[in-house]
Amino acid sequence: MASLELRNVNKRYGQGQADTLKNINLSIDSGEFLILVGPSGCGKSTLMNCIAGLENISGGEILVEDQPISGMSPKDRDIAMVFQSYALYPTMSVRDNIAFGLKMRKVPQARIDEEVERVAKLLQIEHLLHRKPSQLSGGQQQRVAMGRALARRPKIYLFDEPLSNLDAKLRVEMRTEIKLMHQRLKTTTVYVTHDQIEAMTLGDKVAVMKDGIIQQFATPQEIYNSPANLFVASFIGSPPMNFIPLRLQRQGARWVAVLDSGQDRYELPLSVEDGQSLEGREVILGIRPEQITAANEGGPALRAEVQVVEPTGPDTLVFVSLNEVKVCCRLAPDAAPRAGESLALQFDPDRVLLFDANTGERLSKAPEHIPAGQSGNIAQFAAR
Amino acid sequence: MSNAALQPRLSAGRIAIYATLLLACAVYLIPLIVMLLTSFKTPDDIRTGNLLTLPESFTVIGWVKAWAAVNGYFWNSVKIVVPAVLISTLLGALNGYVLSMWRFRGSQLFFGLLLFGCFLPFQVILLPASFTLGKLGLANTTTGLVLVHVVYGLAFTTLFFRNFYVSVPEALVRAARLDGAGFFTIFGRILLPMSVPIIMVCLIWQFTQIWNDFLFGVVFASGDTQPVTVALNNLVNTSTGAKQYNVDMAAAMIAGLPTLVVYVLAGKYFLRGLTSGAVKG
Repeated sequence: MASLELRNVNKRYGQGQADTLKNINLSIDSGEFLILVGPSGCGKSTLMNCIAGLENISGGEILVEDQPISGMSPKDRDIAMVFQSYALYPTMSVRDNIAFGLKMRKVPQARIDEEVERVAKLLQIEHLLHRKPSQLSGGQQQRVAMGRALARRPKIYLFDEPLSNLDAKLRVEMRTEIKLMHQRLKTTTVYVTHDQIEAMTLGDKVAVMKDGIIQQFATPQEIYNSPANLFVASFIGSPPMNFIPLRLQRQGARWVAVLDSGQDRYELPLSVEDGQSLEGREVILGIRPEQITAANEGGPALRAEVQVVEPTGPDTLVFVSLNEVKVCCRLAPDAAPRAGESLALQFDPDRVLLFDANTGERLSKAPEHIPAGQSGNIAQFAAR
Repeated sequence: MSNAALQPRLSAGRIAIYATLLLACAVYLIPLIVMLLTSFKTPDDIRTGNLLTLPESFTVIGWVKAWAAVNGYFWNSVKIVVPAVLISTLLGALNGYVLSMWRFRGSQLFFGLLLFGCFLPFQVILLPASFTLGKLGLANTTTGLVLVHVVYGLAFTTLFFRNFYVSVPEALVRAARLDGAGFFTIFGRILLPMSVPIIMVCLIWQFTQIWNDFLFGVVFASGDTQPVTVALNNLVNTSTGAKQYNVDMAAAMIAGLPTLVVYVLAGKYFLRGLTSGAVKG
């Protein structure tokens, strides 16, 4: 296993075209699981192909174990990849598929047999070894594709949206299995996905990408709790974070956001750093659905008319209108009101986020909320 | 829906359809029947009887004489067809592989120009080809004829393989590259084994084209190196002596038989290959 570092990686297709990847800086330690996540067309697959050597980079440097590999051909990089379409060799049996990479590297036959057995046992595909890929189900093909990567024991594993061709149930199962596998084998892994749940559940580190730029590179919890900007905040989390544009008001020593539900008004106190001049400035208030809940008896609350109720089982999503914006609240199922009823809501003011309405950047909160040096690549975003 | 509705009824429309089909069958089959019947008749029988009567006395003398006349040229054709078909198919496969999986700057233009070759009539290339063969010292040789057929066939075989490989996911090649396979290993170990249907199409197409070719054969070969089509023409067009129709017919059958055999043996692959990629699955 090996560490992986990307320094100022650039990728451009042809002269005069816009950069597909812009100044990518990432680094993960040996054994870490890195997720590249973003909407389609954000450059995450291109970045993965660049790491694999299937595409050349236009600038910067890729290092594995502190050794530059950008000039190497794919086969010399010792990197294995699991493809979205699995890319199993259709005319070869499962055994030959797994053994192919070892044969190409002139590994002695006895070792090859040993490795195939090991991998087949690990992935529970021993009974499938003689079959052709076309005789396998999607989940089995997925396992074989992983087996092919594992058999070579490469320095780095790349996964290109490996679960997106599976049905919902199998996807959840395989997700857990991949995580389990990673915990056991401690392989350095780069995993591309557009699914934010996979990103949150699997990654040690997550890089959220958009338009070829890394918007934030941090741990899943940091990305969820302290998104660097509006894009990250809206991309991670389901249902997504609510965004309410408003102007802050000063109330003595503190700032408040005034929320208006049409039938009630509420002054939400904010823990914003004092030195900032927020007077009259337009900001966007970001608040996750689970931070708006049914109010306790007697506490401060905002009454609002329930517009839509969506029971999901473990909790119920309720939509209300605040400052003329549709806002989603996540309520306990037994607290669920009916549409048209009036509901008392309470907010978690400590976790409310503020974003600059013009740049989309998050306004820094009180210092204790952001550990030093872990705020992600905000500077990179600002430089855009 | 009841079962009765699914049963075909013998309505007037249906009778018309069957009549038309039978007629079409007859139109195609009667010449063949005439040839077969005539080839087994004696010359006297042919002169006295009509085209569709059965032979009065069944004889294979026509076939024996025909085989004696075209025997050498038949093997000439085999010597031309086998290398020409194999080489043009292999090169076409390689071209298709490069044009679909290893695109280079201008590869689309290159493919477009190559396609142009499919529309070139035989006659257009006669003079330049004979000039080239002369320069190469291959005029009137079997090798020269093979070369002309390979070059002319490349446009078609490349088109077949390129269109087949375009439907093969590129991820396969990428996976193989990461596994450490090189350009020719990927081609030989992964793509060629998948290409059986299109190889069959290519073999049938090229075999039929080259075996049935007359023009190149008559222009670029002479005397003992001529293919069977030219020999058949010479045999039929001889003006000396009485016309031996039974021999002519038998010789024509001999000349046409190999393509028939190839179609029967590989025909099912032909349709499968032609329509592969048309429907996903």
